Amino acid sequence: MIRVDEKGFYGKFGGAYIPEMLHPNIEELKDNYEQIIATEEFQDQFRSLLKDYVGRPTPLYFASRLSEKYAAKIYLKREDLCHTGAHKVNNTIGQIILAKKLGKKRIIAETGAGQHGVATATVCALMGMDCTVYMGELDIQRQRPNVERMKILGATVVPATSGSKTLKDATNEAMRQWINNPVDTHYIIGSVVGPHPYPEMVARFQSVISEEIKSQLLEKEGRENPDLVIACVGGGSNAAGAFYHYYNTPEVRLIAAEAAGLGVSSGKSAATTALGTMGILHGSKTLLMQTDDGQVVEPHSISAGLDYPGIGPVHAHLFDSGRGEFVAVEDEDAMKAGIELSRLEGIIPAIESAHAFHALNMISFKKDDVIVINLSGRGDKDLDTYIKWGGY
Amino acid sequence: MNRIHTLFNKKKDRVLSIYFTAGFPRLEDTLSIMEAIESAGADIIEIGVPYSDPIADGPTIQDSNQIALENGMSLKKLFSQLEGFRDKVQLPVVLMGYLNPIIQYGMEDFCAKCESLGIDGLILPDLPMQQYLDEFKGIFEKHGLSNTFLISPQTSESRIREIDQHSDGFIYMVSSHSITGAKSGISEEQIAYFQRVKEMKLKNPRLIGFGISDADSFQTASEYSNGAIIGSAFIKILKESKNLKTDIKKYIQSVIQ
Ligand SMILES: Cc1ncc(COP(=O)(O)O)c(C=O)c1O
Repeated sequence: MIRVDEKGFYGKFGGAYIPEMLHPNIEELKDNYEQIIATEEFQDQFRSLLKDYVGRPTPLYFASRLSEKYAAKIYLKREDLCHTGAHKVNNTIGQIILAKKLGKKRIIAETGAGQHGVATATVCALMGMDCTVYMGELDIQRQRPNVERMKILGATVVPATSGSKTLKDATNEAMRQWINNPVDTHYIIGSVVGPHPYPEMVARFQSVISEEIKSQLLEKEGRENPDLVIACVGGGSNAAGAFYHYYNTPEVRLIAAEAAGLGVSSGKSAATTALGTMGILHGSKTLLMQTDDGQVVEPHSISAGLDYPGIGPVHAHLFDSGRGEFVAVEDEDAMKAGIELSRLEGIIPAIESAHAFHALNMISFKKDDVIVINLSGRGDKDLDTYIKWGGY
Repeated sequence: MNRIHTLFNKKKDRVLSIYFTAGFPRLEDTLSIMEAIESAGADIIEIGVPYSDPIADGPTIQDSNQIALENGMSLKKLFSQLEGFRDKVQLPVVLMGYLNPIIQYGMEDFCAKCESLGIDGLILPDLPMQQYLDEFKGIFEKHGLSNTFLISPQTSESRIREIDQHSDGFIYMVSSHSITGAKSGISEEQIAYFQRVKEMKLKNPRLIGFGISDADSFQTASEYSNGAIIGSAFIKILKESKNLKTDIKKYIQSVIQ
């Protein structure tokens, strides 16, 4: 069974390893979130915003030319068509309503690719809340359009200048700022990472993805269950959403594509399950890239959203228990897969999502298997990287 | 009974604990900094084990952690430097560190090593009370190590009581809503919190830390507790110092007066 226990563990992974200063915040969240999201009032507001504001349900699109090439029935779950361009907004809508109910006045968030930052800035504008987003200095350079979007939306973007100057450091900074402002501030974490209850809470908000896949596939194929679901994993929120309602359906294979960067053994990689060992990062016990001395290793990926040395505890458990199959996709192959999708289907994917598409070349499946690939985001933010890489 | 208990049995007020990051400013400074802290008249030495991702620390201590790691500090290295330190240093010594490097070393081995070296206590800011009770309390006790928990202005009265129940040595009162080194000066609001906790008449002594930097703030903290912990302000002294021994002495004596 893939399920969180009452202490916040998925098997050996999870928990809430946080400084005492954050204890009241985490308790407040833990004690209230399930009850709040179970209310009709919350559900009505959440569902109606997902429908009319985000544009859900997102289509489940049969990709015929891609299917032909790989001799399978490939469907794309079009999270790239969500308002703001990625799945991240499903979670920020849920958390902002929750924050309001908890009486919070300010929102802070971390961001890697800037998609979560944009999704947070967006819902803060929508709800009239003050918003500060922490972003690694390196990511500010490579995801410039998203930085501008956050500013237009009225958010303050603060560079994180320590360590590798990427997502891990932005998360450190957001946690520090939450310690500094514990009373009126809610921290909207952008993936299924962090101390309990964040991983499960974020997964629940994202689980709308697999909820929709089930009914859409039933309509198109006469069955709720595909043979495979493929998603990229940074922290793991789009994957958790796409897998959620299939966790305990063993006949559905769950494929997670991590970022191998320049190669798993190159020293410049973010392939956490391939390289990681059990450790504690950002408040949860999980798999983590680290030295023998327990120092966190600086990751590398061409995609800012996957450039993270850890993985959500639920994914550590999927890996450890064998329920999930993990592949590590190199920068170069992800870029090629992104171009392939652009040319075959007329869809430019986010470079994060492109990792999931290359997985088609790394796993075996049967002819005519039904495969759902979670297309977590669109490539608009990545044009610079595509152009530099391909010389277009 | 370890050196922390002995200290608080004798001395009930104006206890001064000094924090520094092992491996900063230079890799091999550890022992000479400890000796200088002792001879300057402080009461407790708190050695920080550097970590790549110190989420409860502000820029000053983030910096000292990073430089220490670049200098080559590690837990193993620190333990080798501390071999035989009890011949030279008598003060209670507490290790402060984030959980991950310690878990990689192995909690049981770590605590056994601390005991054999003559370390008296631990402060692990990201080890919550429940996890401590579930997983580690027995190990700490077996090796005679005091465990210090943090409390903050947000900590509820019932939780403070619980923490007091499970603490042994002293309680670390974080002075405000903040990471280390973030604020200076002590506000009315902080005083009210100090007073509120003082009136709870806890069984453990309390030391106030975060934002304590000079004779004034040390004095104020001492009026409401058993003393204070200085970290960031001391790291700044080390960073600027051309002569560690003299500057440490000068600084600590200026605080104690
Ligand atoms: C389009 C897209 N996909 C995937 C991710 C990775 O996040 P997660 O693993 O939480 O889905 C990001 C993160 O920024 C993203 O922008």
